Amino acid sequence: MTDLLLFAIPGLFIILGALIVIFAKNPVHNAMGLVLTLTSLAILYISLNATFVAMVQMLVYAGAVMTLFLFVIMMIGVDKPEQTKEEIKGQKLLISGTLILLVSVVVFIGLENGLNWNLLFPQSQDTFEGTPSLLASAMFTSWVFPFEVISILLIVATTAALALAYEFRKRETND
Amino acid sequence: MSLGKERPMIEVTTDWYLTLSAILFSIGFLGMMIRKNALIMFMCIELMLNAVNLTFITASNHLGLVDGQIAVFFVLVVAAAEVVVGLAIIVSIFKKQESASVDMLSSSKG
Repeated sequence: MTDLLLFAIPGLFIILGALIVIFAKNPVHNAMGLVLTLTSLAILYISLNATFVAMVQMLVYAGAVMTLFLFVIMMIGVDKPEQTKEEIKGQKLLISGTLILLVSVVVFIGLENGLNWNLLFPQSQDTFEGTPSLLASAMFTSWVFPFEVISILLIVATTAALALAYEFRKRETND
Repeated sequence: MSLGKERPMIEVTTDWYLTLSAILFSIGFLGMMIRKNALIMFMCIELMLNAVNLTFITASNHLGLVDGQIAVFFVLVVAAAEVVVGLAIIVSIFKKQESASVDMLSSSKG
């Protein structure tokens, strides 16, 4: 019963937050819906034995990334109403219908087999807790090359953001 | 009346998490298609990335391997880099045309 509650309550909040993200009119509300989704996901991660990932999710996503989003929302203003005119006739209806159909098929297949998909790989018996030391020992041995590549990606992204934000004032005043 | 004794115990299995992940991804994709504000489209990308992260964590728990959780870290870093560059682009577009709507961006094609 506890398992069910630990899944159902965060799960409901995840879907609620996601719906707020796509349907709210005010961008600040959208950002808050995303925070709700990310926080509830962190709770699910804890129940899936990924405690360190849950912590990083709270710090990086719900903390840093959402702060960045809110900065930009405050910067470019929230008062401008969004254009809601459809460029393609019936676009929203078509896409919503297709997606609802797809999700229904997934859920129906799940219900058909008594909530058991007969996954290709059987459930593993050995469980582990995703502690920082366990993750670090995997990341710095067998995953060390992707780790280095991802660090280069971060430097490139930082440089790109600086280049985009820089206004080239000197060149303009010289002309 | 015995409550909860006769009915079978509902067990939360891997499939439930995968279904939730599919629903979350679909909502993110739906938002990507129907919204025109570039900022909100970015949030929908975040939703989709998080759905993938949930799949990774679920698989990691299901298979008893730590690699899924490592993959989540890489997705997290890529998402952060993408947000940094994307928001910088949105801000510089906004400086030019006072709007964050993607319809206005049709002027940026070659």
